[in-house]
Amino acid sequence: MTRHAAAPTVAELSDLIAPHLHLEGPLLPILHALQDAFGHVPEAAMPLITEALNITRAELHGVMSFYHDFRDVPAGRHVVKICRAEACQAVGGTELAEATLARLGVAWHGTTANGAVTIEPVYCLGLCACGPAAMVDDKVIGRLDSVRMDALLAEAGA
Amino acid sequence: MKDFILPSDDRDMGTPAQTGAPVTLTIDGFDVTVPEGTSVMRAAAEAGIQVPKLCATDSLDAFGSCRLCVVEIEGRRGTPASCTTPVAEGMVVRTQSGKVQKIRKGVMELYISDHPLDCLTCAANGDCELQDMAGAVGLRDVRYTAPEGAGLSNHFEARNTSGEANPNWTAKDESNPYFTYDPAKCIVCSRCVRACEEVQGTFALTIEGRGFDSRVKAGGPADSFLTSDCVSCGACVAACPTATLQENSVIEIGTPERSVITTCAYCGVGCSFKAELNGDQLVRMVPYKNGKANRGHSCVKGRFAYGYAAHQDRILKPMIREAITDPWQEVSWDEALGFAADRMRALQQKHGRRSIGVITSSRCTNEETFLVQKLARGVFMNNNTDTCARVCHSPTGYGLGQTFGTSAGTQNFDSVEQTDVVIVIGANPTDGHPVFASRLKKRLRQGAKLIVIDPRRIDLVKSAHIEASHHLALRPGTNVSVVTALAHVIVTEGLMDEAYIRERCDWDAFQDYAEFVRDPRHSPEATEILTGVPAAELRAAARLFATGGNGAIYYGLGVTEHSQGSTTVIGIANLAMLTGNVGREGVGVNPLRGQNNVQGSCDMGSFPHELPGYRHVKNADVRGIFEQAWGVQIDPEPGLRIPNMLDAAVEGTFKGLYCQGEDILQSDPDTKHVAAGLAAMECVIVHDLFLNETANYAHVFLPGSTFLEKDGTFTNAERRINRVRKVMAPRNGYADWEVTQLLAQAMGADWAYTHPSQIMDEIAATTPSFAGVTYDLLEEKGSVQWPCNEDHPDGTPLMHVDGFVRGKGRFIRTEYVATEEKTGPRFPLLLTTGRILSQYNVGAQTRRTENVVWHEADVLEIHPHDAEVRGITEGSWVKLASRSGETALRVELTDRVSPGVVYTTFHHPDTQANVITTDYSDWATNCPEYKVTAVQVSLSNGPTDWQEDYAAQAAQARRILPAAE
Repeated sequence: MTRHAAAPTVAELSDLIAPHLHLEGPLLPILHALQDAFGHVPEAAMPLITEALNITRAELHGVMSFYHDFRDVPAGRHVVKICRAEACQAVGGTELAEATLARLGVAWHGTTANGAVTIEPVYCLGLCACGPAAMVDDKVIGRLDSVRMDALLAEAGA
Repeated sequence: MKDFILPSDDRDMGTPAQTGAPVTLTIDGFDVTVPEGTSVMRAAAEAGIQVPKLCATDSLDAFGSCRLCVVEIEGRRGTPASCTTPVAEGMVVRTQSGKVQKIRKGVMELYISDHPLDCLTCAANGDCELQDMAGAVGLRDVRYTAPEGAGLSNHFEARNTSGEANPNWTAKDESNPYFTYDPAKCIVCSRCVRACEEVQGTFALTIEGRGFDSRVKAGGPADSFLTSDCVSCGACVAACPTATLQENSVIEIGTPERSVITTCAYCGVGCSFKAELNGDQLVRMVPYKNGKANRGHSCVKGRFAYGYAAHQDRILKPMIREAITDPWQEVSWDEALGFAADRMRALQQKHGRRSIGVITSSRCTNEETFLVQKLARGVFMNNNTDTCARVCHSPTGYGLGQTFGTSAGTQNFDSVEQTDVVIVIGANPTDGHPVFASRLKKRLRQGAKLIVIDPRRIDLVKSAHIEASHHLALRPGTNVSVVTALAHVIVTEGLMDEAYIRERCDWDAFQDYAEFVRDPRHSPEATEILTGVPAAELRAAARLFATGGNGAIYYGLGVTEHSQGSTTVIGIANLAMLTGNVGREGVGVNPLRGQNNVQGSCDMGSFPHELPGYRHVKNADVRGIFEQAWGVQIDPEPGLRIPNMLDAAVEGTFKGLYCQGEDILQSDPDTKHVAAGLAAMECVIVHDLFLNETANYAHVFLPGSTFLEKDGTFTNAERRINRVRKVMAPRNGYADWEVTQLLAQAMGADWAYTHPSQIMDEIAATTPSFAGVTYDLLEEKGSVQWPCNEDHPDGTPLMHVDGFVRGKGRFIRTEYVATEEKTGPRFPLLLTTGRILSQYNVGAQTRRTENVVWHEADVLEIHPHDAEVRGITEGSWVKLASRSGETALRVELTDRVSPGVVYTTFHHPDTQANVITTDYSDWATNCPEYKVTAVQVSLSNGPTDWQEDYAAQAAQARRILPAAE
């Protein structure tokens, strides 16, 4: 995940949008490209996307808000997604999640004050056999307990 | 009062009608035959069986989300949704079985678990499909209970029992003045979102979030309904099955108990509406599904902007005054009519028979217009009658009459569904004719191509999901050159439909025309320097139109309101004949008429040279028909046109005017000249709803009635005669036709009409194209398109089907003669004028409604380059000056207009854009050149002296003395 300190320019944004315009459903690839580049979909990109695809901001908002992974503000440096689906709940997932939130002093979707970690809920990571499970950035982790979670969070700098 | 409910079916059939080969199936034991492609739900409805539903409605394609309409089909597994399942031959359907009943009850139970049970205090009580369906499926209980220690998760309670805020709850959105969005009532059926997309084509709404978080949202994350792209057409409100999107009037007043079908009195589309009432209180206007012009759609004006009818500015008592410097005095009807009649007669005695005249209204009914011109011809005994069509579509009448033989559009609005290539020239349908624009946009989304010819980048050039293939952004005043250049490309590249021309058109005239357009001086390359349209773009557009299939041309005042208006209309007719595009579905030449009854007012003989049915007054046979019917001698000399009346008034030979439902001071060009003409008259009778600008110069004011208060007919742009029905008694005491009759009687006429149907009978008896029209026929058919006579007993949806009305279509040369109005060092910019969606014409009606939230003042659009060199910034006050006059208004910087062109609207009298416009006019018909004025724009501190003087004079002229009783 690369990161730009300054606000992205129109040219930067347009360069990320243009390569996808020939596709038959170009909106999701464009949103992915922007999020990959900036960690979120910058507000400045919205009018450029609606203009390029000739759609309204309502339609764009509908798609953006449907997919929880698209962000309109940057996340922390690391994103920890804790599974809240039934299998993980059955083996202590709820307690693990609540303890984690309490330890960091944030609510769901919240980011720690130092900007290191954002905690998000996720509904099943496909690791039902080895719950409680979580995903730190792009890496899935099973058989979590509070000790392992603490280690992960420490590694992430929270 | 009797309700006039037409026999046609108003039920919701669930999914749209289809066309296709017949398919027979069995539903609940009944055989039903429907077109292929029909849904099982609609087939059931055809058989009289309503399958329970929530997300389906017949104005929208099936969606299949609510799962309430499930049925069982023999031989198929599971329980398919009847809305998304097409019928098949021999299919056996059961809409009621233990299994589906149980499913429906379960689905309904889930819906109701997240819906407030406040039906008794709900605005949709009695008009709620959710309520109806709960009843239909037999829901008796909701078994979902909250987990221990917590409330049941829901969207409708602002706070839980402990007083904590409910994060799922969202406040009402009351930003739109006409309707309220209450998310608490929403069942997320998506009908509103789909209506905005499929019906209106604005795409302003979406479903935000997913799953339990889903909710309807206007615009982006930070938008409200008002700040979103929403155009307030009301399609979402009409589609909503609950109280989630509800008219504010229903919230305030309650659900209506009766309805009357009538016709909108705004633009020339002529939408049919159901006026829904409690007693004589109008609760809401709902677009009528079986209206053939609008097919169930509406715009913000017709749907919501009817508040002017009850506005405090409305004048309900007649008034007179000796001189225009005096205050008005309220008097009885008898006194006002006696005063007016005496003055008019005295003027005729002193200054001659032809010293007085009338102006008919394009907003009044056919019957009323007929009476006003009859007043001129049969009581005043002259032909001094004219109408506002003079200033809008008179070139259409002339141009189409000369080439095709009729003075009207060739198609019905349904025809747009068959078109492949559309040229829109000098029209802005999304603002001026919104319901037609929605139908056009739907066709464009299906793949039809669009060519826009307009100096300004109108919304049709590019907006959500539509984009014009070519936008020819010509310099104002060069329409003829562009149209002739299109013909040049078609002729020189051999793209014309020669077989069609040989069969249907005058071949000699074609050869002459072809020789004319072939001339290299008409080539796009040669005209580019004049028109500013790139030659390659114009060539591509011509090729597209000539070869792209069914080609239709829609045009508006941007064509007619020029020195060469008639020439451009002829050029358009030539283009249609050249490409074989007249006489069938999906093609044609379609003038988008401005006012609700401008077609009708022309048909009814409002022009000084034409008796009803476009027949010249010099024709003794035609005069004979009316002389016999009316028992008078008709003057064989054509009378004065509006500009001639004003000129004659200034000269002192024209002294008296009866002006019905028309504000010539604001709407006609060169305001100062109009004011001088009116001021020189000795008896100006204004018959209107409000003390309009013209009334500042009037001696008699006769209060008018609104379209809600009278019976009659309007004729729309597709020649469709629609009934206007009285939904309440006239607040001023008389319908307008009665007022004209009273004036005629006061002047000695023996008129004795007791109902407008008698006037229509007189029209039918004297006018061949209306020969078959009766109120009985209109009751039976809903509406009928003229000609309606023995040859066409059901009317004529498409004109010129088996050949042109005049015999052979006639090509006419279209030499371009540039306007005298030219830019120069003092006036380097070109001003062109137009309309905005929320306001209508001079704004007398819409300015007196909540529509002002969208447009509270006229603004001047200017290109940023032109603004920069003048030191003008966004929102600053500027002075707009021409050779005729000057005014001041605020500016908006936009690249919608090209450099060198500025644009404004004329909806507000305090701007008076027509102070600027000149008295140049069309060579054939005197239609004023509103669309081209050389101007200069400079920074200013505020209103000009003229505007301040005008405002002072208007205030002085509008004083009313208390009634002397």
